[in-house]
Amino acid sequence: MSDSKYTGQDFKVVGTRVKRPDGLDKVTGRARYGADMNAPGQLVGLMLRSPYAHAKIKKIDTSKAEKLKGVKAVITSKDLPDLTDGNAGLYDTLENCMARDRALYDGHAVAGVAAIDKSTAKKALKLIKVTYEKLPHVTDVDEALKPDAPAVQPRYAQEGQPSNFMSQGVFGHGDIDQGFAEADVIVERSYKTGQTHQGYIEPHACVATLSPDGSGELWVTTQGHFSYRNTCAQLLGLDFAKLKVTSSEIGGGFGGKTHVWMEPIALALSRKANRPVKMVMSREEVFKASGPTCSTSMEIKLGAKKDGSIVAASAVCRYMGGAFPGIWGTLGGMTAFACYNIPNNKAVGVNVLCNRPKVAAYRAPSAPMMAFGVESTMDQLAKELNIDPVELRLKNVAREGTLAPYGPVWGPIGIEPTLEAVRKHPHMKAKLGKNQGRGVACGFWFNIGGQTCSDLNIGADGTVNLTVGTIDVGGARASLGMIAAEELGIAYEDVRVNIGDTSSLGHNDTTEGSRGTFSSGMAAIFAARDAVEILKSRAAKMWQIPVESVVWEDGTAKAMGAEHGNLPPLSLKEIAAKAGNTGGPIAGHHEATADGAGVSFASHIVDVEVDPETGKTQILRYTVVQDAGKAIHPQYVEGQFQGAAAQGIGWALNEEYIYGDDGRLQNAGFLDYRIPVCSDLPNIDTKILEIPNPSHPYGIRGVGETSIVPPLGAIGNAISNAVGVRMNQVPMSPPRILKALDDAMADANSSEVA
Amino acid sequence: MEVFLSGPLRDAVDGATSIQVEASTIRELLTRLNDRYPKLNVHMDDGIAVAIDGTIYRDSWETVIPENSEVFLLPRIVGG
Amino acid sequence: MSGVHVTTTINDDPIEYVCPADESLLDVLRDRLGLMGAKEGCGTGDCGACSITLDGQLVCSCLVLGAEAEGRSITTVEGMASGEKLHPLQKQFIDNAALQCGICTPGFLVASKALLDENPDPTETEIRYALAGNLCRCTGYDKIVKAVQAAAKDLRKQNKKK
Repeated sequence: MSDSKYTGQDFKVVGTRVKRPDGLDKVTGRARYGADMNAPGQLVGLMLRSPYAHAKIKKIDTSKAEKLKGVKAVITSKDLPDLTDGNAGLYDTLENCMARDRALYDGHAVAGVAAIDKSTAKKALKLIKVTYEKLPHVTDVDEALKPDAPAVQPRYAQEGQPSNFMSQGVFGHGDIDQGFAEADVIVERSYKTGQTHQGYIEPHACVATLSPDGSGELWVTTQGHFSYRNTCAQLLGLDFAKLKVTSSEIGGGFGGKTHVWMEPIALALSRKANRPVKMVMSREEVFKASGPTCSTSMEIKLGAKKDGSIVAASAVCRYMGGAFPGIWGTLGGMTAFACYNIPNNKAVGVNVLCNRPKVAAYRAPSAPMMAFGVESTMDQLAKELNIDPVELRLKNVAREGTLAPYGPVWGPIGIEPTLEAVRKHPHMKAKLGKNQGRGVACGFWFNIGGQTCSDLNIGADGTVNLTVGTIDVGGARASLGMIAAEELGIAYEDVRVNIGDTSSLGHNDTTEGSRGTFSSGMAAIFAARDAVEILKSRAAKMWQIPVESVVWEDGTAKAMGAEHGNLPPLSLKEIAAKAGNTGGPIAGHHEATADGAGVSFASHIVDVEVDPETGKTQILRYTVVQDAGKAIHPQYVEGQFQGAAAQGIGWALNEEYIYGDDGRLQNAGFLDYRIPVCSDLPNIDTKILEIPNPSHPYGIRGVGETSIVPPLGAIGNAISNAVGVRMNQVPMSPPRILKALDDAMADANSSEVA
Repeated sequence: MEVFLSGPLRDAVDGATSIQVEASTIRELLTRLNDRYPKLNVHMDDGIAVAIDGTIYRDSWETVIPENSEVFLLPRIVGG
Repeated sequence: MSGVHVTTTINDDPIEYVCPADESLLDVLRDRLGLMGAKEGCGTGDCGACSITLDGQLVCSCLVLGAEAEGRSITTVEGMASGEKLHPLQKQFIDNAALQCGICTPGFLVASKALLDENPDPTETEIRYALAGNLCRCTGYDKIVKAVQAAAKDLRKQNKKK
């Protein structure tokens, strides 16, 4: 078994600035994303979607649509397997792809068609007659827990619980009642956060080909082509090996492309029509029928002694998971107090159902919401104690040896170094003017490892192909190439990384949980070391000496010892050229479950200016300090920090799903679901810290997710310092800020009068 | 060996925060837990992770649990 | 079939096609002409991923009809490089890590070129506002702005030599 402990080595290639192999294609328009593929004879697939938030589907008459010239297949749930007695997760996934007896949210698919072109497919949709019986709906997380709330999933209802309560996770240690009793100061607040979407610019798209004999191909934009293959196969009764899934380049995912939304239906349509089916979601469909985050509602309570030591912390947060069960509340409960060492802490994360789309992961899922509550309350506690907010955090910071709130004891972690870096950062000295304020907040994410399989093949000219199974969401191919080059001792330019399709590698888990570089990097290291052993044995053969006398250094085999030390070294190129004669093609291989992913902590600083007339908040300065373990390609690590922070800023200030009283999503487009644009943001300064992860040979920690966690709290704190109002609802959009300012003014006036 | 349970997993062992179990690998641990606490099976489907001395293992059942290590059972984490 | 016959110029090439009257220029480019650099991110002119120039003006091709290209001159991302030689913007986007997933990159390149063609020495604020019609979800725009500033410098140097 390969030893994956951190070795603390010096690097020659890793850490330098190299060009990514897919860069040229992406700046010339040649790169092929999901919708950039066409298959001969393909049909266009479209979905018919429910216009109601909750409705019984009494009848679907597809006869007229099927008769329309040019329509080759029409699918409803009766054409799909009945998974009622099987795995509940698969049942839910399929029901989400296509409604069975009830439409559960505005946009829930009820039928699919495949036709010779888009206009015929559109006409066919219009000819499908669905008889709905509207049912009462619920879209708010707190309304959903009331005793008279409509039940979204009656079959999941539990005795003694509100009908939309699914599950909860309780985490922590100590005795919070005791702790609060000992506290000198207690701050208790309620907060709400709105539902957001990952907002990837590329809509879901695929080209599906499924033959009646059960063999098929799927070209799809995804974060996990193996996971998509397995799920589609399980849903449709296919063998994994017979369904070849090729991932396109991916135009953003952030967690939203870890789950199938329409791909099984595209495959089912293809099988029925016996022709390829291309299906691309419109932007409206992406918002309505893929996987946004949870909205939440929470209470946070912190208790501290006068000297600033926090003795008790409690969080109860209700996570709205859409119309199907999820573990979002549980994840949130685990992360709530992760940054701190609080002797008595309890976090409860509750999973609640609503008539909204099925929630999927979004960068550090469930953590940003809890962090908004905890970090906002930390600052209010600091104010009550008259202690600087950064000092308060440092006083209670988690370190190696601290008990994590979700159980284990921390190994070496980076939260204290990030806070110390913040304290010293020049940003903290920038001058602030009228209506301007500064806020600081911390964040945490676990990161994961997972199943990984890589092949390293050495060509006859000594150049190397590294085939990995983790989708490259942001440039990881460059990092993986550097790792392979480092291990082999050759130039980065001699290594070419590509993503294999599902038939060319063993299973690879999805690129999520910041695992891409960590896991495939680990596999690349061991595949390269595997290849090095073979190279050494080939050199030994070429020299006719025992392999024990051969070492590998700087891309060369060297013969050691008094007897053989004079032999001129053999380069990788020379050995590769003779591979055919010494035993055949030279390849290294590694499959494993990469575990021991290192947690990543971050602290952010933000300066804002609030316009008291419009309620608009402008970000003036932003700094991210985050622990990366080891930055393989520092420029790309910075990019992850900046991108995650920008998403957090959008979440904090503008982004939310707005539902009408009719339960329909009102802002299913980029005009009214407002993500940050270039003019909204300043430069985002970054500082990479490197506290090595002891469980990875290079010390790599996942980096992609953590920095979406602090912005909500940091901005809330900054707004409070800028204009003196404490926002307890996210997004902190202009109307809400104006209302808060008005309320504060009214309070001030009434207390003057009194 | 004392095995600590986190969060919702405690419900499956009647609220206990820790239980005594002998096991030398993750595989043995999960098998013994399954036998003793059938209610844990539901969580097995959702996914359980095992933390040994702070390092989280999601999949590797052959992982050896050294003597005197701190063992935690956690819900399976997913990312985005 | 009924349709509109269009004669136009794309990236300096003479192009002809027939399309339905209600088909967007974006769909014509992608589905009829094999020019897939322009992307559909939203179909409603909000994201800029379909950016092209029409007679030198930056437009969202999803909001232009294929029929409207008649007699006009269009440039797309495919026209930016000359043979092997990348446009300075393309080079600087790669060198400055101004792309992560790259889906918005063609749109940003076209929009940045339109800016620099008109304003060779823009301030940071001018760059940010000129690019406000192009959405990026991966980068936070920081490195995109730096790439545009670097390319602007390259182009000013290039043009001084002429």
